[in-house]
Amino acid sequence: MDVIKLDTSAEFAAMADAYERSGGDPSVLKMADVSSLVVSGNKILSANQTEGVVLEKESTESGVYIMLTIKKGYTIPNPVHLCFGVLPKEGLQQINVTMIAEEDASVELIAHCTFPNSEHVVHKMDGKIIIHKNASLTYNETHFHGKKGGVEVIPQAKITIEEGGRYYTGFTLISGRVGLLDLDYEVDAGKDAICELNAKVYGKGDDKILIKEKVFLNGENARSVIKSRVAISDNAVAEFTGVTEGHAPYARGHVDCVEVVQGNAIAKAVPIVMVDDPLAKVTHEAAIGSVDKKQVDTLMARGLEENEAVDAIVKGMLK
Amino acid sequence: MGGVYILSVKNIKLKRDGKELLRGVDLEIGECEIHSVIGPNGAGKSTLAYLLMGIGGYSPKEGSVHFNEEDITQFTITQRAKRGITLAWQEPARFEGLTVYDYLSIGAGGTGKVSENTLRHALEMVDLSPDKYLHREVSEALSGGERKRIEMASILTMKPKLAILDEPDSGIDVVSLKEIVALIQDLKKNGSSVLVITHREEIAAASDKASLMCDGMIVKTGSPAEISDFFIKKCKPCDVETHDLKGD
Ligand SMILES: Nc1ncnc2c1ncn2[C@@H]1O[C@H](COP(=O)(O)OP(=O)(O)OP(=O)(O)O)[C@@H](O)[C@H]1O
Ligand SMILES: [Mg+2]
Repeated sequence: MDVIKLDTSAEFAAMADAYERSGGDPSVLKMADVSSLVVSGNKILSANQTEGVVLEKESTESGVYIMLTIKKGYTIPNPVHLCFGVLPKEGLQQINVTMIAEEDASVELIAHCTFPNSEHVVHKMDGKIIIHKNASLTYNETHFHGKKGGVEVIPQAKITIEEGGRYYTGFTLISGRVGLLDLDYEVDAGKDAICELNAKVYGKGDDKILIKEKVFLNGENARSVIKSRVAISDNAVAEFTGVTEGHAPYARGHVDCVEVVQGNAIAKAVPIVMVDDPLAKVTHEAAIGSVDKKQVDTLMARGLEENEAVDAIVKGMLK
Repeated sequence: MGGVYILSVKNIKLKRDGKELLRGVDLEIGECEIHSVIGPNGAGKSTLAYLLMGIGGYSPKEGSVHFNEEDITQFTITQRAKRGITLAWQEPARFEGLTVYDYLSIGAGGTGKVSENTLRHALEMVDLSPDKYLHREVSEALSGGERKRIEMASILTMKPKLAILDEPDSGIDVVSLKEIVALIQDLKKNGSSVLVITHREEIAAASDKASLMCDGMIVKTGSPAEISDFFIKKCKPCDVETHDLKGD
């Protein structure tokens, strides 16, 4: 049935190792008081739920189905750890995830996605996130890819934030080659909702980066920031589209994109802001350019080689 | 005689965008010598500093630069830095994301090459609280004066053989002039030669030697007292008073 035939405990150990190399602490994946989930390919290797967290899951040949619910009024003390990976050179991972933060609930999720040996790996994530009244959900996803490229990462998510809800998300892909990234997030923000979308990506070789983030400020006083930092070198291409629409009084949105280009790389930034309520306000700024020469010269004057200086500056920007 | 000098600049000429910015500069700096370069705005002082550091676009069309008897005229910035030359900019760069800790570590040979205590000490030396500044970004959030101080701290941690300081006093309150003089003397004590570009008589007076630069040339070198006329007469490039200063 399962695509990957490995002894589960050995596979878990391999995933834990990859998790560690991607910056995670594997011991949390075995802690009783930490909710966690480890998925290798389309196979669930381990799952743990703690008080206030309901984790339903099913793995089928075509993908993994996850339903994560944070019960009403619960503040989950430890972050929930998710680990997704494909260890072989080839493979397909399809994650279908629904996350629900019930009224007044609060949770932080930390996801690590690791494809260390990829030559042809496809990782698809279809997400649906509902943040109910006054609930808060933080979701940070960090990717760790191998040096060969050959990964296709296609995350899509629809997020609904109800009155007074808060949603913070960060997507980081700065180590290893990107391959293809096609990210598409869409947020519907209700009254007094707060939403922050962050993306940091470093593309090299012939990587292709497509980031689409859309926020619809539908409720009065809803607030959002879309912030993306993209660095590309060699022949990589990147296109960022940040959409924010203000449809209600006192809605405030901001789109902020900085792209740094080196070599033959090509970057494009498209902020689309729209307001149809006279009391709403949406602003944007986008900057595309090469690495600041004075910064490079300064670090070289401290002893770095030119490429090291550029790297330090880009890493700083993406930190 | 070359051995006496750590830096020896001979007949440097530099043109940029069709304009002759340096018109035959001669300059020699001894080991552990504090040498100040003074002169009016636009004289070419910063231009000379960039050329000595090897900044792109500041390569001379004539003349030579020797450092420890090695011809470094065509060296890159990194090659010069690796031999112990460094520069503190008149207007320091801003870095988004790079913390003071990162920045100072880079100068000290890379993260982990130097203890956090050393970095903290360098910040104390420039009168910045380590607790407050060590993990802050070297970015817009810092004022001009704070960035200048961090620039100085970075020079201190680097322990260069030759520190080129382009107006370390600018943007810093007059009260701190004494501190800057003390820092420069500290560099000397720790084995650095210092080339300091300044508009302040106090800094020039605390130097071992001073040179007056006018209109792309060094018109006079001597003891600080010998060039102190400049501060009194406020000479314009090559006007009547300057000829006075040129001597014969
Ligand atoms: N790229 C360039 N092309 C032409 N002229 C330039 C260029 N860069 C600088 N200059 C000119 O070179 C001259 C010397 O400038 P420099 O910055 O070296 O002066 P400075 O002595 O450091 O002055 P200050 O005391 O104001 O710092 C100035 O007249 C300046 O306008
Ligand atoms: Mg200057």
